[in-house]
Amino acid sequence: MANLAITASGLRKAYQDKIVLDGIDLDVRAGTVFSLLGPNGAGKTTTVNVLTTLLKADGGTVRVAGHDVATEAKAVRAAIGVTGQFSAVDELLTGQENLQLMVDLSPVPAKDGKRIVTELLERFDLVESAQQPVSTYSGGMRRKLDLAMTLVGNPRIIFLDEPTTGLDPRSRRTMWSIIRELVADGVTIFLTTQYLEEADQLANRIAVLDQGRLVAEGTPDELKRQIPGTHVRLRFTTVAELDAAARVLTDATRDDEAQALRVPSDGGSKSLRALLDRLDEYAISAEEFSVHTPDLDDVFLALTGHTTEAAK
Amino acid sequence: MKSHSVVMLRRNFKHIARNPITVFNAVLMPILVMFMFVYMLGDAFSVGVDYVDYAAPGLMLLAVCYGLGSVATSVNSDMTKGIINRFKVMDVSRGAVLTGHVIASVLTNLLAIVALVGVAFLMGFSPSASFLDWLGVVGIVVLLGFAAGWLTVALGMAAKSPESAAMASVPLVLLPFFSSAIVPAEKMGPGLREFAEYQPFTPIIETLRGFFAGSPDTGDVIVALAWCVGIGLVGYLWARATFTKRA
Repeated sequence: MANLAITASGLRKAYQDKIVLDGIDLDVRAGTVFSLLGPNGAGKTTTVNVLTTLLKADGGTVRVAGHDVATEAKAVRAAIGVTGQFSAVDELLTGQENLQLMVDLSPVPAKDGKRIVTELLERFDLVESAQQPVSTYSGGMRRKLDLAMTLVGNPRIIFLDEPTTGLDPRSRRTMWSIIRELVADGVTIFLTTQYLEEADQLANRIAVLDQGRLVAEGTPDELKRQIPGTHVRLRFTTVAELDAAARVLTDATRDDEAQALRVPSDGGSKSLRALLDRLDEYAISAEEFSVHTPDLDDVFLALTGHTTEAAK
Repeated sequence: MKSHSVVMLRRNFKHIARNPITVFNAVLMPILVMFMFVYMLGDAFSVGVDYVDYAAPGLMLLAVCYGLGSVATSVNSDMTKGIINRFKVMDVSRGAVLTGHVIASVLTNLLAIVALVGVAFLMGFSPSASFLDWLGVVGIVVLLGFAAGWLTVALGMAAKSPESAAMASVPLVLLPFFSSAIVPAEKMGPGLREFAEYQPFTPIIETLRGFFAGSPDTGDVIVALAWCVGIGLVGYLWARATFTKRA
């Protein structure tokens, strides 16, 4: 048990009669990325708030860094860093002042403070805008500053609540590479996200949260095996063509209603060419050809029988 | 933990320096209101003394209350934008963030009141207060500043959004008008008169008037102190409870 950074068992939380967490069990090994995946309202932020001592659970036990969050909150706080769902930065201060504020409030010795601030500004590529008020920062810069502020005390367990929601694709990539660097340093990351791709890219283990319950847990590969993989969808104009194609592509699934075939594929150019060549060989032409990668909706449909929308 | 309060206070000062319009408002508005009442309306009220002498103590209260809207808003945006959660997770002492706001608020109040009293003197304000009476005035004003400050911080934290936080502080700004600040309570209509006589600001204003006249009424002073301590205590406890509870 020594190498478990976070353990939770039987976690429950309700607001009045609305159950938000309904018996959550989690184990996060030290030095790994654990991702909690779920749509809005699934209970991700509530889970983070309980694990980070901000909220008291109604039932269950949580240990973070070996300390009980309910009875040893101080020790837990000393070990963790938290970046919440909304950038918790001070708009009226500059980037540098925000970091200095964190130094002043943390147990970091004052003489190291200046060096830490400079290092973080450099590491997060914020040197140029360090003297600008944060109100002028872009969403991506705010997020980076937010994370930099979390790192001031050099925490070994970091909670990131939807760190890339609302970011453009480029800022998202930057955030991912920062997270990978942290893991390389041996930091444990607890990450919540709405994006299957993000969890897949970063996490060692993924847990899927739906209406306050974990509906699946495992490595990204284990999870993806449970859901429809990447596939090609071929739509035909006539039933005759559909029949012909189905005879040729034996591993495909038929959708008679839409006159379409679903062909498993990795989505790469090689396998796509092979597929097209095969259709060509039998002189079959599809009216529409599309590559479909699974997203959170597919995961939910496969695991719970309803889509993320129905989850509300 | 003391030093955390200092860090927070420094943060609040930077906010004020970066956004001077709020202080400008807090200082200027009460002076404008004083001009309005003394020059435009003052002749219409017969209060037995020079109107500026009558109105100055009440306007000092108004000056305290005017600054509160921006305090409620900034406390609320700390709360709703997640900064307070960040501080909580960092184990910053519970009081520090809030104390920073309250002290900054009290200092803004003092600035506004010094400016107001200065202008009142130019307008012919002539109190017959001794040095000790002046100390009494400062004491009451600072005490009220802390009391109203804590209540406002609590309102700001309990509100759902910065906008509703600003709205929640509006009654505090209006309350002085329904006291003996502008006209004596006995000149008001029934119902309103009783309200004006028994609401907290009237004894506080009467206490200030007493100090300025050089003859404070012990009964008024005790009631005023009780109100200030009571309001402050309720605000403080409410603010701390909300701080602990809301995530």
